[in-house]
Amino acid sequence: MAILELEQVHKSFGTTHVLSDVSLSVEPGELVAIVGFSGAGKSTLMALLSGLSKPDQGRVLFKGKPVEGPSPERGVVFQNYSLLPWLSAFENVELAVREVFSKDSRNAQRERVARYLEMVGLTYAKERRPAELSGGMRQRVALARALAIEPEVLLMDEPLSALDALTRATLQDEIERIARVSGKTILLVTNDVDEAILLADRIVPLSAGPEATLGAPTPVEIARPRDRRAMNHDPHFRKIRASITDYLLETQRVRRARSAANRRVAAESALPVESPA
Amino acid sequence: MNSKYLEIFKLLKVYPTPRGQAVIVKDFDLSVSEGEFVTLIGHSGCGKSTVLSIVAGLNTATNGGIVLAGKEVVEAGPDRGVVFQAPCLLHWLSAVDNVLLGVDQVRPELSKEERRKIAEHTLELVGLGDSFDKKPAELSAGMRQRVGLARAFALSPKLLLLDEPFGMLDSLTRIELQSVLIDLWAQDRKTALMVTHDVDEALFLSDRIVMMTSGPEAHVGEILTVPFPRPRNRHDVTEHPDYYVLRERLIAFLEEQGHGKAAPPPQSAPQPRGLMGFLRGLVPSAAMRT
Amino acid sequence: MNSFTREKLEKRIGLLVLPLIGGAIVVALWAVASSTVATSLPSPSRTWEASRLYVMEPFEKRGELDQGILRFTWYSLTRVAKGYVIAILLGTPLGFLLGMSNFFRASFDPIVQILRPVSPLAWLPLGFVLFHKPEPAGTFTIAMCSMWPTVLNTALGVRSVPQDYLNVAKVLKLSKLKTLVKVMVPAAMPYMFTGFRLSLGIAWLVIVAAEMLTGAPGVGGFLWQEYNSLIYEHIILCILTIGIVGFVLDRMMGLVEKRLRTG
Repeated sequence: MAILELEQVHKSFGTTHVLSDVSLSVEPGELVAIVGFSGAGKSTLMALLSGLSKPDQGRVLFKGKPVEGPSPERGVVFQNYSLLPWLSAFENVELAVREVFSKDSRNAQRERVARYLEMVGLTYAKERRPAELSGGMRQRVALARALAIEPEVLLMDEPLSALDALTRATLQDEIERIARVSGKTILLVTNDVDEAILLADRIVPLSAGPEATLGAPTPVEIARPRDRRAMNHDPHFRKIRASITDYLLETQRVRRARSAANRRVAAESALPVESPA
Repeated sequence: MNSKYLEIFKLLKVYPTPRGQAVIVKDFDLSVSEGEFVTLIGHSGCGKSTVLSIVAGLNTATNGGIVLAGKEVVEAGPDRGVVFQAPCLLHWLSAVDNVLLGVDQVRPELSKEERRKIAEHTLELVGLGDSFDKKPAELSAGMRQRVGLARAFALSPKLLLLDEPFGMLDSLTRIELQSVLIDLWAQDRKTALMVTHDVDEALFLSDRIVMMTSGPEAHVGEILTVPFPRPRNRHDVTEHPDYYVLRERLIAFLEEQGHGKAAPPPQSAPQPRGLMGFLRGLVPSAAMRT
Repeated sequence: MNSFTREKLEKRIGLLVLPLIGGAIVVALWAVASSTVATSLPSPSRTWEASRLYVMEPFEKRGELDQGILRFTWYSLTRVAKGYVIAILLGTPLGFLLGMSNFFRASFDPIVQILRPVSPLAWLPLGFVLFHKPEPAGTFTIAMCSMWPTVLNTALGVRSVPQDYLNVAKVLKLSKLKTLVKVMVPAAMPYMFTGFRLSLGIAWLVIVAAEMLTGAPGVGGFLWQEYNSLIYEHIILCILTIGIVGFVLDRMMGLVEKRLRTG
C-alpha cells in the first residue's frame, strides 16, 4: 500500500493557481524525486505533504489517512536549513529528539543525538552554533535533526541547492548512503535533473507554473551505488536525462507562449473602438 | 583572425593576510583568439573569478600582464562588457533604461532614438520584447539576468566577460538562459571569456575549456577543445557522440581537484571568556539577520 | 607588520586625544561666553570651585538636601530602576501580544500610538491623582513613558521571527508554550534588547522631570532646589552628571545588545 498519496490536489494563493490536479503515490522505502523549475510550486507541494498547509481541493493521504497537520512522522529538511541560531548543532538536534522521544531517559536522548550527528559526520563540530558552521555543515545538522526523530517519511525541499557544487556532490553521496542504509521512504524536491537521477528510484517532473502539475514518472534503472562519472557511459542515463530535461523545458516554453498570447489578447481588446460619429 | 586577441601572461595574484601571504593564482598563461568563446572551469574559490576580474580591470595583478587587442589592460572600461552572477540592476530604472544607461555611455554620437532602438532590439533578442518598461522587482530572477545579458551585449564590447552568469539560477532556468546566451553570442561572435563550475554549461557554450587547478597557486591544468559545430542547439550538442565522453573527462578533472582539496580540519570554535562569555551563556544569542 | 601596529597605535591615540581637544574647545567657549555675553552664566572655574565638595566627596550626606553628587545619582537610579522594571514587566508581554495576535494588534495598536507621545509632565499629575504620594507617582510616570519602545520593538521582533523557525516548531508539534519559550523569545531577543535600551534612555530622561516636580531627593531634585537657591553652578554640575550617567547606561546596554546581535 502507498505510504504517501496526493489525490487530484489543487492549491491557489489569491488569484494564482499554483498547483492543478496533482496526483502522486509513493511506496514505502522508495526514493522519489520531484524535479521542476524554481517557483513552479515545489515548495507548495512540500508544504501540503508535510501538513503545513492544506489543499483547496483533493486529498493528501499518509498511510491511507488524510493529513490533518504537521507531524514528526514526516520529517522535513528545509532548503535554508532552519536551524535555530542560538543553539549549538547538538542542541538543535536535541530539541527535536526531546520532543519526539520525550519518554526516553535524558541519557538515551543524548545518545541518540550523538549517534545521528555521527551519521552525518559532524561529531567534531557538535558544540558549534550555526553561524560557526559552513553551509554544507548546517545542512548536515538539519539532516541529522530530521533523521534523529526517526520519521516514517523524509521530505526534503531542495536540500542542497544553496550549496556550492563540491559540497553538493559530497552531500548527495551522503544522502544516497543514508537512504540505502536506512531504507527510509524519501521524497526529494530538486531543480537539478542530475541530482534526481543520481539519487532517485523514480523521477516525477513538475511542469512549469502557474497551474503546475506532475508529469509521467520515469523509473531510474541504474544500479546503486551510482557513480556520477561512470553514469556518463550509461545509455539509459543519457536517455532519461535528455527526456526529462526536454519535457520540463517544453512545459516552460508552452507556458511562456500561452502567457504572451494572453497578453496580446488583452492588449488588443484594450484598443480604443472607433465609434461612428 | 588574430590568434592572440587576448593574452594573459604569467599572471600572479597574492593577497596579504594576517598569517602571511596567500597566493591565489600563479603562473597563469592563456591566449584567446578573436571571436573565440573560452571558459574557465574549476571549483568555487579556485581563483577563476580572480582571473576574470583582473581581465575586467576590476582587480589588479600582483605580477604579470594582460593585453587586449594590442593594448595593455590597466583599468576597467566599456570595451569589456561584464556579466556578473547577480545582474546588479538599478531597481528604480525600467529594463530598457537599465540597458540604455550603458548604451548612452558608449554611443554618445547616436541620437536618443537610435540608442533606445539598440536597447530595445537587444532586449527583444533575450526574449524580453514585452517587458521593456518593467522594473527589476517585477521580473523573475531569470528575466533579470536576461536584462544583465542585454546590458552587456548592447555595448558591443571588444571582449565579453561572464562571471558565473547563471550561478544564482536554478539548473533548469540556467539551461534556458544558456540557449539565450548562445543565440545572442552567435549574432556577432564577440570574443568571450566565461567562468563557471557547470560542466554542461561549459560544453554547450565554449570553443575551448580551460580547467583550472584548485587553489592556492591555481594555474591552467588542462585545456579541452570542444568539437561541436556551430550554430549549436542544446539537443544536437547533447546528442553528439563525444558529448558524454567530454563531460566525463571534465567531471573526472573536477573530482580529482576536489579530492585534493581536503575538508577543513576539525577544530573547536573559540569560546568567549570573561564577563561577556558569562553573559553570553546566560542569554541566548542570535545572528538571524544575515 | 611594524607599520601595521603603528597605524593602529596612532588611531588609538587619536581616539583618546581628539575628544579631549573637543572638550577643551567647548570649555574655552563657555569661559569666554560667561565673561562676555552671558554674565549670569557661572564660569568654568567658579563651577568647579562650587562643585568641588560634591564631586570630591560624592557619597557624603551632610543634610537632606546637601549630599554628594553620586549619592543623589544613586537615589535617582534606584527610582529609575523601579519604574523601568515595571515598564519592562508590562511592556514585554504587551509587545508579545501585539506581535502575535492580529486581533490584539488591530484593537490596541492605535491606543499605543496615541499614548506613546504623551509627555511625562502630563502623566505626573495623573500619578498624583491615582496614588496621592509623590514616590509612586514618579514611578508611575517613568513606567508609562518608558514602556513604549519595549512594547513596539518586542512586537516587531515577534513579527520578524522567520517562518522557517515556526515551521520547525510545527513539524515537531511543539506546544504553544514551548514554541514561545524555545523559539519565539530567543528569536525576538535582539529586538527586545533594542527596546530595553531605548526604554532605559527614556526612563533616565523622565527622572529629572519627575524629581523636579515631586521635589524628591536625587539629581533632578537637587538641580531644581539649587536653582531656587540661586546656586547656578550646581545646575551645570547636575546637567553634566545627568549626561554622563545617561551615556554610561546607554553604552552598557549597547554592549549587551551588540553581543546578542553578533553572538
